[in-house]
Amino acid sequence: MIESLLKADNAELTQSTKKGAPVVLSTRVRLARNLVDVPFPERASNSQRSDVMTRCADQIGELTQMKHGAFFDIAELSDLERQVLVERHLISRELCESQSGSGVFINKDQTCSIMINEEDHLRIQFLKAGFSLRSVWKQIDRFDSSLENDLDLAFSSEFGYLTACPTNLGTGLRASVMLHLPGLVISEHMDKIIRAVNQLGITVRGLFGEGSDATGHVFQISNQQTLGESEGEIMARLGSVFKTIIDHEINARFKYIEKNRARLLDQIGRAFGALQNAHVINSNEAMNLLSLMRLAVDLEMLPEVNRSDVDRLFIECQPGHIQYAAGEGIEPDARDLCRADILREEFFRLPALDFDKVNKLV
Amino acid sequence: MRFSFAILAGTYILIVMAENLNCSYCNKPATVHLTQIVNNKIIKVDLCESCAQAKGVTDTDGYSLTDLLSKTNLSPEKGEPQITCPDCGLNTADFRRTGRLGCATCYHNFVPLLKPVLEDMHAGTAHKGKIPDVALSRQNSMAKLNSLENALHRAISEEAYEDAARFRDEIQAYKEHVESEAVQS
Repeated sequence: MIESLLKADNAELTQSTKKGAPVVLSTRVRLARNLVDVPFPERASNSQRSDVMTRCADQIGELTQMKHGAFFDIAELSDLERQVLVERHLISRELCESQSGSGVFINKDQTCSIMINEEDHLRIQFLKAGFSLRSVWKQIDRFDSSLENDLDLAFSSEFGYLTACPTNLGTGLRASVMLHLPGLVISEHMDKIIRAVNQLGITVRGLFGEGSDATGHVFQISNQQTLGESEGEIMARLGSVFKTIIDHEINARFKYIEKNRARLLDQIGRAFGALQNAHVINSNEAMNLLSLMRLAVDLEMLPEVNRSDVDRLFIECQPGHIQYAAGEGIEPDARDLCRADILREEFFRLPALDFDKVNKLV
Repeated sequence: MRFSFAILAGTYILIVMAENLNCSYCNKPATVHLTQIVNNKIIKVDLCESCAQAKGVTDTDGYSLTDLLSKTNLSPEKGEPQITCPDCGLNTADFRRTGRLGCATCYHNFVPLLKPVLEDMHAGTAHKGKIPDVALSRQNSMAKLNSLENALHRAISEEAYEDAARFRDEIQAYKEHVESEAVQS
């Protein structure tokens, strides 16, 4: 059922022709919304849930932003198809496990997904490659306002948008930025950053793994609080934390190169060799090797156009995508072979690493 | 004295202590001690190994202590109000167990229990963000029309025809007013 999504030639995160930026992978904003006259999904009856799904799907399908979009009833998707959508961040794990009457709308270039009957009746998400909180907010705000033309949303003047969990109350807004932070991880500064950022009401999470040593060095920073501040204030705070983290990351990279140039070049060189030649690669190893390749692009050892290839492979090397590409549910051992095949083919096409660029940096 | 280590998702500082503290849930000796700073307030929770497992604290997939506190009955205040939502049936015990509300009406009824939770959780307790103007004015005008129409029916059934005529004119005027506003916007 999701074939057309994977074959789409303009998906924001996997087919982007943009060069991308160092450090930042993508920006996403989500809004939690509920209809005023039906209990929240967890306490709604099956018939209420399916009523909400029909009402919302009808309205959303008519919006211009959703032209050529696709609607999926979660109950009709296979486990593997659900996993692929989770790996693309188009749906959440919670939606996968939900009872009947849950669905998702995904627009053509996969920059927008609207989950129906997740924790809240509606979870609207917009995303973009690179850092662009402001433009993503503009898009989602416009979309949200056009929904409001036809749906009566649960709102109180005191508490704002009403949500099933009080952690989302008020704006219902969760803004997040995905960051690639190998410099801070390698120089062991990540714990300090996480602690400092937490005090500012911002959460840092490993995207593929956990803690300060996340697989692939990819982290997500997002606001914890949704009530008591306007959307603008929340995003301004996130934006300023984001800029500080970038500065620290760039600093950490330069310091590391200064002191450990040979060691870093060795790591990048070996990673490139492994990606071109290995025959068995599990997903953790793939993430870590790809992280070094993204760093190599940032250091101009590989052409800048290849950054989006690396970002795409971060997604396509996830277990669900590998199985989906193989056309059948295959065991982890066999997946590691398929993954290595894909990576060998991809990296065989790239030019040799340009080590001189780094020598000139120092 | 027992030690237990768990590497947690960044958001906490995990402290392994020698103090003899008891689990906040079951009073067994606590081995996992969590501290998190939210809004410059320090929140502390002590857990025994099995409760830490049960609450998913050792599940390293991004875990917020605020979530834990909001989802559980860590410090049930004695004699706290027993509330049941007339619309969805959610009661105080449900709210303490899940940390979630059941429907929009719950937000009217659970205010006494909700306020302290919100103070710990958020930057403030009053909404300062976007307001859905269009939906609100539509809801308000629907409510106004409904009440006028009810009054009209009551007047007719009571054979108060002068009142009924007045309500009928008001309804007509209000409808025209709403339509002209819609045209302007």
